[in-house]
Amino acid sequence: MTSTLTEGAGTPVRESVLSLTGVSKRFGAVQALTDVSLEVAAGEVVALVGDNGAGKSTLVKIIAGVYQPDAGTIEIAGRRASIHSPEDAQALGISTVFQDLALCDNLDVVGNLFLGREVTRKGLLDEVTMEKESWRLLRSLSAKIPSVRIPIAALSGGQRQTVAIARSLVGSPKIVMLDEPTAALGVAQTAEVLNLVERLRDQGLGVILISHNMADVQAVADRIVVLRLGRNGAEFRIEDATTETLVAAITGADDNVVTQRAERFRPQPEEGSP
Amino acid sequence: MSQQQKAPDQPGPAVPVPADLADERLIQDAGLGGALRAFGQRIRGGELGSLPVVIGLVVISIVFYVQEPIFLSSRTLVGITLFAAPVGIIALGVVLVLLLGEIDLSVGSVSGLCAAVLAWVIVYQGQSLVLGLLAGAVTGAAIGVLYGLLYTKVGVPSFVITLAGLLGFLGLQLWVLGKNGTVNLPPSSGLIEFARRSFVDGVAAYVLVVVAVAAYAAAELFSMRRRRAAGLSAPAPVVLGVKVALMLAGGLFLAYYLGIDRGFGYLPLFFVALVVLFDIVLRRTTWGRHVFAVGGNEEAARRSGINVDFIYISVFTLTGLLSAVGGILAAAQLTSVSQASGGTDTNLTAIAAAVIGGTSLFGGRGSAWAALLGIIVLQSIQAGLNVVGVDSSVRYMVTGAVLLLAVSIDSVSRRARSSSGRG
Repeated sequence: MTSTLTEGAGTPVRESVLSLTGVSKRFGAVQALTDVSLEVAAGEVVALVGDNGAGKSTLVKIIAGVYQPDAGTIEIAGRRASIHSPEDAQALGISTVFQDLALCDNLDVVGNLFLGREVTRKGLLDEVTMEKESWRLLRSLSAKIPSVRIPIAALSGGQRQTVAIARSLVGSPKIVMLDEPTAALGVAQTAEVLNLVERLRDQGLGVILISHNMADVQAVADRIVVLRLGRNGAEFRIEDATTETLVAAITGADDNVVTQRAERFRPQPEEGSP
Repeated sequence: MSQQQKAPDQPGPAVPVPADLADERLIQDAGLGGALRAFGQRIRGGELGSLPVVIGLVVISIVFYVQEPIFLSSRTLVGITLFAAPVGIIALGVVLVLLLGEIDLSVGSVSGLCAAVLAWVIVYQGQSLVLGLLAGAVTGAAIGVLYGLLYTKVGVPSFVITLAGLLGFLGLQLWVLGKNGTVNLPPSSGLIEFARRSFVDGVAAYVLVVVAVAAYAAAELFSMRRRRAAGLSAPAPVVLGVKVALMLAGGLFLAYYLGIDRGFGYLPLFFVALVVLFDIVLRRTTWGRHVFAVGGNEEAARRSGINVDFIYISVFTLTGLLSAVGGILAAAQLTSVSQASGGTDTNLTAIAAAVIGGTSLFGGRGSAWAALLGIIVLQSIQAGLNVVGVDSSVRYMVTGAVLLLAVSIDSVSRRARSSSGRG
């Protein structure tokens, strides 16, 4: 069940939109990522899971252009790419929905969707085109927003999450990264967001979903990549993943005491003692 | 016949529903009655807009009129428009910094300094008026750039930067004015002509009102047509018709009533033009949208790729520039620049006007019209107390009370907004 990184022969051959190989990142004395690889195909939802400190956030920030990797290569649609800034990432078709959503409460839905990418006409904001496009985007996600002319502050948590996800689609990206999209949501809203994730996949986007919630991951992911202590821990096709095996892979606990002890006493390079 | 009876119940496939009204949870407010209902709904929801200010103006008018009927005379009202304009222009700059959630305490000192620079250039150096105006404006803008750089690059809070500016530029103003302390501007100067003696009255005033209202109506009609064409809802023509009729009637009456005395001064017209310009810039341009975004959530704005530092620096620069313009026009109105030009009074009045007009102190909420409404309230109180013949000690106390009242109304309506989900 635990696997290496070879693409399963059973999966249909799909166009790879994002491919990371041998990515490493070091912060001072801490080796946050060691030789990590990740593959995302078009129309595929890849869940990135792992315990706290496993390196998920670091990996996401490398893909989003916030951090630069020390080693390794990033290929986008088969071409070598270097991402030096969040703007680079956007230009390459990678958009990120951050955990705190980064919405402006005082602006309306249209204002937020097009923030930083406003459509203008003769130097003035083209509200009509933006409003029309907002409705088209929200419809394509079957989103339930009553009006796009009310301030974000008036929306519920799930609706805000919807706006944030719709916003990630404004520049027609190829890859959407969602950082803990269901963390603060109720049962119904969580289901709605999971529906959205499926619609992103159906539109042929590569989706990277970071989550702590195993139920959500198993509900929508096609593949699950487990990071453990900054390395590729394991990789599952969704059919093979059960909650027990996932939890075992995440925590590193295998089913016998010896491996657990071995795991516990394995010398850990990043915690160098004087 | 029967078809007509069915129509209201079944919007059905015959009438395509505008894209933005398709959600069944939306309360449909069509036509004039609908517009009024929506207005009532907004008020209850804490979205008071300019209603408290308008009510305040009515109360002020009644109170002073009862005390002294001359308060509502054409002469007094023309005086209010004239004296409101220079400080109003400074208040417009304050609105801009407040939208970012920052403050500029030094607008008074900067306005005084820029007036002093103007006087120095045209009186002491004997240069042309244009050069003087340019020197004054550049001084104000340069101070704004300095504030912006200190705020964004060094990270000093705007409160401290501008408090230092308040003291520092007052000193600089005294130094520029030199030993005499007062510089009289040449009485024949075009600037004084503009600020004191130029009026639009008679037929020209009526034509001006009609042209302005027609321009507004045309812009609204054009936007309605575009929205319809794009399959979005547009306000009913009857609502626009009523609005335009009210504006036209109000404007024409104002033109007639102020025309009994001197009419519309160039100076107040210039102020209103600036307010309209900044209203359009704030609501309808990318830069304006970014100002609101930075004021609402700076981090979100930064992650959206907005150049946040540029927004701060440009806003501080415009505030400095508007302070300079206001200061120069105030000096022109008084025909001289003195050590007292742009004193504490100007400073506090400008900031109070922006807040009384409805600009939130916490950023991201407000409009250019706040400067106009706020300064008219304050100037009316001042004129009223002058007419009634009350000591200036009372004026300070009344102004303080009004400021407190305005901020209290803002705080209460904020609570209503958060409970009705309008943030």
